[in-house]
Amino acid sequence: MHSSGQTLNGSEIFFECLRRENVEYIFGYPGGSLLKVYETLYDVEDIQHILVRHEQGATHMAEGYARATGKPGVVLVTSGPGATNTVTGIANAYMDSSPMVVFTGQVPSSLIGNDAFQEADIVGITRPITKHNFLVKDVKELAITIRKAFFLATNGRPGPVLVDMPKDILNASCVFQWPETVDIRGFKPTLKCHINQVQKAAHKIAKAKRPLLYIGGGVISAEASEELRKFAIQQNIPVTMTLQGLGAFPGNHPLSLGMLGMHGTYWANRAVNACDLLIAVGARFDDRVTGKVETFAPQAYKIHNDIDPTNVDKNIKVDLPIVGDAKHFLSSLIEEMPDAFENRESWLAQINQWREECPLTYTSDDNTLKTEFVIDEVSKQTKGNAVVVTDVGQHQMWTSQFYTFINPRSIITSGGLGTMGYGLPAAIGAAFGIKDRPVVLFCGDGGIMMNIQELVTAVHGKVPIKIFLINNSFLGMVRQWQELFHKEKYSFTDLGDSNPDFVKVAEAFGCKALKADNPATAREAIKEALAWNEGPVLVDFRVIKKDMVFPMVPAGGSISDMLLERLNPKTMV
Amino acid sequence: MKHIISVLVENKFGSLNRVAAMFSARGFNLESISIGETEDTEISRMTIVTRGEDQIISQVLKQLNRLVDTIKVTDLTRQPHVERELLLMTLKLSKPVQHEIFELINVFKGKVVDIKQKSITIEVIGSPDKINTTIDIFKPYGIKELARSGAVAIHRGE
Repeated sequence: MHSSGQTLNGSEIFFECLRRENVEYIFGYPGGSLLKVYETLYDVEDIQHILVRHEQGATHMAEGYARATGKPGVVLVTSGPGATNTVTGIANAYMDSSPMVVFTGQVPSSLIGNDAFQEADIVGITRPITKHNFLVKDVKELAITIRKAFFLATNGRPGPVLVDMPKDILNASCVFQWPETVDIRGFKPTLKCHINQVQKAAHKIAKAKRPLLYIGGGVISAEASEELRKFAIQQNIPVTMTLQGLGAFPGNHPLSLGMLGMHGTYWANRAVNACDLLIAVGARFDDRVTGKVETFAPQAYKIHNDIDPTNVDKNIKVDLPIVGDAKHFLSSLIEEMPDAFENRESWLAQINQWREECPLTYTSDDNTLKTEFVIDEVSKQTKGNAVVVTDVGQHQMWTSQFYTFINPRSIITSGGLGTMGYGLPAAIGAAFGIKDRPVVLFCGDGGIMMNIQELVTAVHGKVPIKIFLINNSFLGMVRQWQELFHKEKYSFTDLGDSNPDFVKVAEAFGCKALKADNPATAREAIKEALAWNEGPVLVDFRVIKKDMVFPMVPAGGSISDMLLERLNPKTMV
Repeated sequence: MKHIISVLVENKFGSLNRVAAMFSARGFNLESISIGETEDTEISRMTIVTRGEDQIISQVLKQLNRLVDTIKVTDLTRQPHVERELLLMTLKLSKPVQHEIFELINVFKGKVVDIKQKSITIEVIGSPDKINTTIDIFKPYGIKELARSGAVAIHRGE
């Protein structure tokens, strides 16, 4: 450890700053512009560098780590292609508000703009997908820039920040000064909610007969799950969650309605449709949640708490906007609530009736394996205690339906961007952050191929993730839409003939692999995988090809368009 | 409705790009944008002219505020303010219309900044509306080239 006042070179300053930001892991890949950094890294012992096999993998790992721990994920890649390969991962973290700091090497300052070897204008490229980004132009600016980057990534609405470091800056020396404080005059997020607005909300909530809490990932980012639990139970208000909000409220509690939206539960969507008061906390009225905005929660007075003012009145006009941190909002709401409030028993009874009317079920027989069964079984065997990572598609939606999330930071999934290939690296990153709970990945046979190279990272690092490959030989979600809305023309979604033998692939990487094609073997394979902690394990679940996720509200549709089974829209209102 | 927005930003490379890119990424209308240093060399003032319904403008203002390089955003539209634009325009010059052109330059309180045998370059300062009218009126005489600065605006003093 170096101290302020010492003369250090840029690379030494870089690691000194990471140390002071309490960075445990760097997910990185070396290259020409970073040679000096990797030279310094060779002797760094207190920060672990995880060597990925593709820079996209590094970004998803960093995000998986961030979402599992709440701490910012750190990425280190070289200039040019190293930097451009991070773009999808950065965009993903931006959409899902995950704290992340990406360090890119850059060609020497004197060559910038000359189309130099491995040059890319990564600051220009990532401007619209980062919370902010920097090009360091002087070694004296390096420490304060890194300090600002971590500050921005983790304060207010979290997000990715990129720092571009030219090669000459990393070689140059200066007197190291660690800035104890950081002040950015253009960045002053509103954390405390306006108390008058909170009082108004409390008043409305007390009088509501059919209130509903609509909870997003912001509650988890703000570490406000305890406050939410306390508030909902005290006021007897049912809770529905977005994909990113799952786990904010225990899924096994009677007040939990599970997820709302396109593939949300029947009763959650009916509750949205019927509620007279909607309290949105840390959620952004995403199109996958609202469907047609004109018919979303049509009878409800809408209260919206979000830390980002741009989320307010963006997709839907609300009646009572409250900008501020979700933890502050919920804790002040608890304080401001009057003692007396409406009895909600008939409202809850109504919701329970919907729950019984159309529960989440699946049929099962001894010879065929269904994804729903696999997820349900994993949920039971892990008792809802796993950190569950998913890729994107049908298995992701079934995970939201059949895995019972009890604790916050239990689901790690690509929500906003919907990035296939996210799951495997995100699971590896999560497992570096969380060692006392099993890390389980559900991934399709399409998505796993998009970052399969990271299996090496898992094997080499002996990362004990459970890769539950949901293999239906199809791009299942696209296939579902083709079946429902595109004349059953299964255009380029059948992977059956071209898929590799995933057990052999895993074994070639040095990964333990199992296979299951019926409920009995699946149950055993899950048990065996959960017990294996020497390194990663992959289970190739050969599930049926033609299976669809229901309920489904077609894109842009209303709750009344909800499909409960194949081509049988149930008219509701 | 047309809005004129004044934005104080950090005087750093890329600040203009961040604002312009945000407008295009979010599909906001951007009629003109102009930028220059203020009395504090670390801060630039940007004047943006945009159009949109209230809900859109409210998003524009919030998205501008959200940029880390943005220090202050003011919608001047409904506040007392002065708005000016500079027009530089080169016209064809011929004997028969020479007098008319000079008279019109006077009407618009313009200045002749360059004159040659067959062309004349003038400057006109005024509100964007006045600049539009100026261009319309001079069009029949033959405009060879023109350049507009985009609007700049400032609060009226107390």
